[in-house]
Amino acid sequence: MTARIGVVTFPGSLDDRDTQRAIRLAGAEPVALWHKDKDLKQVDAVVLPGGFSYGDYLRAGAISRFSPVMGTVIEQAKSGLPVLGICNGFQVLTEAHLLPGAMLGNDHLHFICRDQKLRVENAETSWTGDYTAGQEIHIPLKNMDGRYVADEYTLDKLEAEGRVAFRYVDFNPNGSLRDIAGITNEAGNVVGLMPHPEHAVEPLIGSGRTDGLPFFTSILKKLVGA
Amino acid sequence: MSRTPLDTVEHATATPDVELPWAELGLKKDEYERIVEILGRRPTGAELAMYSVMWSEHCSYKSSKVHLRQFGEKAPRSDALLVGIGENAGVVDVGQGYAVTFKVESHNHPSYVEPYQGAATGVGGIVRDIIAMGARPVAVVDPLRFGAADHPDTKRVLPGVVAGIGGYGNCLGLPNIGGEVVFDACYQGNPLVNAGAIGVMRHEDIHLAKASGAGNKVVLYGARTGGDGIGGASILASETFDDAKPSKRPAVQVGDPFQEKLLIECTLEAFKEKLVVGIQDLGAAGLSCATSELASNGSGGMRVTLDDVPLRDSTLSPEEILMSESQERMCAVVEPEKVDRFLEICEKWDVIATVIGEVTDGDRLEIYWHGGKIVDVDPRTVAHEGPVYERPYARPEWQDALQADDANKLPRPETSEELKDQVLKLVSSPNQASKKWITSQYDHFVQGNTVLAQPEDSGMIRVDEESGLGVAIATDGNGRYAKLDPYAGAQLALAEAYRNVATTGAKPLAVSDCLNFGSPEDPAVMWQFAEAVRGLADACLQLGTPVTGGNVSLYNQTGEAAIHPTPVVAVLGVIDDVARRTPVAFQEEGQLLYLLGDTREEFGGSAWSQVVHDHLGGLPPQVDLERERLLGEILISASRDGMIDSAHDLSDGGLIQAVVESSLLGGKGARLVVPDGFDAFTFLFSESAGRALVAVPRSEEVRFNDMCGARGLPVARIGVVDGDAIELQGEFALSLEELRKAHEETIPALLA
Repeated sequence: MTARIGVVTFPGSLDDRDTQRAIRLAGAEPVALWHKDKDLKQVDAVVLPGGFSYGDYLRAGAISRFSPVMGTVIEQAKSGLPVLGICNGFQVLTEAHLLPGAMLGNDHLHFICRDQKLRVENAETSWTGDYTAGQEIHIPLKNMDGRYVADEYTLDKLEAEGRVAFRYVDFNPNGSLRDIAGITNEAGNVVGLMPHPEHAVEPLIGSGRTDGLPFFTSILKKLVGA
Repeated sequence: MSRTPLDTVEHATATPDVELPWAELGLKKDEYERIVEILGRRPTGAELAMYSVMWSEHCSYKSSKVHLRQFGEKAPRSDALLVGIGENAGVVDVGQGYAVTFKVESHNHPSYVEPYQGAATGVGGIVRDIIAMGARPVAVVDPLRFGAADHPDTKRVLPGVVAGIGGYGNCLGLPNIGGEVVFDACYQGNPLVNAGAIGVMRHEDIHLAKASGAGNKVVLYGARTGGDGIGGASILASETFDDAKPSKRPAVQVGDPFQEKLLIECTLEAFKEKLVVGIQDLGAAGLSCATSELASNGSGGMRVTLDDVPLRDSTLSPEEILMSESQERMCAVVEPEKVDRFLEICEKWDVIATVIGEVTDGDRLEIYWHGGKIVDVDPRTVAHEGPVYERPYARPEWQDALQADDANKLPRPETSEELKDQVLKLVSSPNQASKKWITSQYDHFVQGNTVLAQPEDSGMIRVDEESGLGVAIATDGNGRYAKLDPYAGAQLALAEAYRNVATTGAKPLAVSDCLNFGSPEDPAVMWQFAEAVRGLADACLQLGTPVTGGNVSLYNQTGEAAIHPTPVVAVLGVIDDVARRTPVAFQEEGQLLYLLGDTREEFGGSAWSQVVHDHLGGLPPQVDLERERLLGEILISASRDGMIDSAHDLSDGGLIQAVVESSLLGGKGARLVVPDGFDAFTFLFSESAGRALVAVPRSEEVRFNDMCGARGLPVARIGVVDGDAIELQGEFALSLEELRKAHEETIPALLA
């Protein structure tokens, strides 16, 4: 018995197949979900992958948030369905108000692709259980609109509640406030981050590290109770 | 903008004396007369539009064709070649049932006019060529050349080009894994924006651009047709820039990468269900090109109703619809019973698709508009039987003087201090400095198969997750070498790309080229072109790597000043298991450094002569293709058998450039000793070809030396990986910190 993890393909999703591979490598079963389909095919968790859904021509994630599949994701996330949003997926989650804050264009105005050092701040979420709090990891980052912003009250609240899940270390690649790379909702089932853990799951490929694999093993353990 | 009466075939026959604007459309008088002769009457406006774009230099290769034939005539026999020159892109067998298609093209002129869109649509165009072969695009590479790094216009062109390549490629989800960035004043006003792409498919999925089977439907799908890019090929790519003419901005197309991403997925899904008989992308010359090529490569004719083309601008005339170069469009030939399913897949991906015509059993391409027949031509006369010019060519009179101006006689550093200063000057010069500021704007992780990306010697992509089968690609060119000797320069470009592929452990298989030159109307330029093509064809024959396709870009000149002749060569290689790839970075302290190949006093066209003396003269390095082949075999064997842990090809900048790059990437220094018989200067800066630097684990030293000895490759032990500085014994030491600063700060300081 393994877990079934859905990966949504929006028009313009790019890392959907990579995310499916990462799920498979972690030992779970990836299930392709289609944006026009309300049916989540009884998956145990959902990943919203990276990419440029609808070209990011409006605000990143702003159109995808209204897709049929997101109606179901939003509803079920509120009752505990684990959801991970990576990059464009994180942007969709903020647009859907499953996570607070918003993403602006990088402060240097360029697309940036690099192997980014992060600190895991919260190892209690559904997606971070296989890390330890304070652990430093390297995860590839690649985005145009990655500057996390929120009002001071929200930021303070996130900090106070331990909901900053990941922070950039040594170098803030996009001007995100308080070096925030990823956050979680109060319940810990919904997590969003800009870096791409699915690109760090195999030695030799991409950054050549496997620091991203624990995202997928964490959720698997959580779901099958291993 | 309907005109009365419509210029139909009937009308054209009845009004033989109507003057048509053939000159404005870029045709020469004799070319127009040839069209009249072919048709036996004056062409209609629509026919004229089609001939003018298809007979342009860009589409017809009319000046280059007579030379390009050598790539076919001298092609080496290769079992790997599945599809050769003439299709959208060549296809190579890489084993295990996989085929790889790849091609390099230019988008030079548009990128100067409008850097962002010019470069973006360059990526879009080459990617559609790859899809049209039936393959999923898996990577892109971008060889770029700009004017002097500190020229104010470079700061306009380069950031736009880089952002355009990134903006389009990143949004398509294609990792950018290689290319080059070169600065030289000769490219001022004529930047070279070349774009390459690789695609992977199974053998049985190869598709070709042909319309067969009477009754089959012609489906146009993708973006609506607009007024952008009209005459792009004929007007932009086939003339030199002239300040007196009005701005050409409207002739540059605008890209929509999101639409192209949908086009990729939708096309691949249609291929998977075997719904497509023939396919062609719409690039230069738009519908004129797609319809005439599909029809002339197939078995029958074609009838098209232009009224059915979805338009972005309803006022477009039929001529404009035929010439429009609106991006993100494809044309498929589909059997009638499969059309519904094809349209369904397009709808799933929100892609507009329309049946615009059908294949007929005649041999004419007929196009209708508002019920009237406005085109009735033999499609071959449009697509394949354009004019062919035997342009006069002559070795320029200045060539002898240039070659006599020997770079080996330039003053050399006399003290250790001077030697050290020149090393720093070299590695911090714009051409030799790190290009991280540029390449970090490209996604190289997406698709999750990138094994190596720039600044590695070649980009490498995993093709099969189970077996580890992979492909590598490198693109190289050196306009300075080619200026000194175009024949040798083209061969050196091939040799370097070949070497770069082998250095990473992959076996070179095939070649694509992008030939960038000045005006073919100048006999000196034409001589450079003829020599370069001859050199490349000869070298491909000797190395056993056939040219599978490519592109020619002429008229890269402003006024009398042409760019350096710049043949850019892409070599594709295959590696059985990507786990055996060899990276550039030094891996472990204590490993032994070996220099493979012969080092001679060769400074003509060198980076040293440019950086230290601002000099270009003499002869480029000697070409020894048998040596390149042997070196390649050794590097591949050493990688496969685990005898080397890192390797770097030696090219511009010589040995010291390679050591600095391997050190900085690995974060490990090196202690070097000048071997007997060398002087330190030649050891560090010579650009002799056929060489590589390798790091050998001590446990492999004997085995590695034995292999090189047995196969007759000269090797010299030159040092060891060690410490946090690069030290040349008895001469100087430079800390990695200082080198990193010198190497990495130049480009951001100039461009950020």
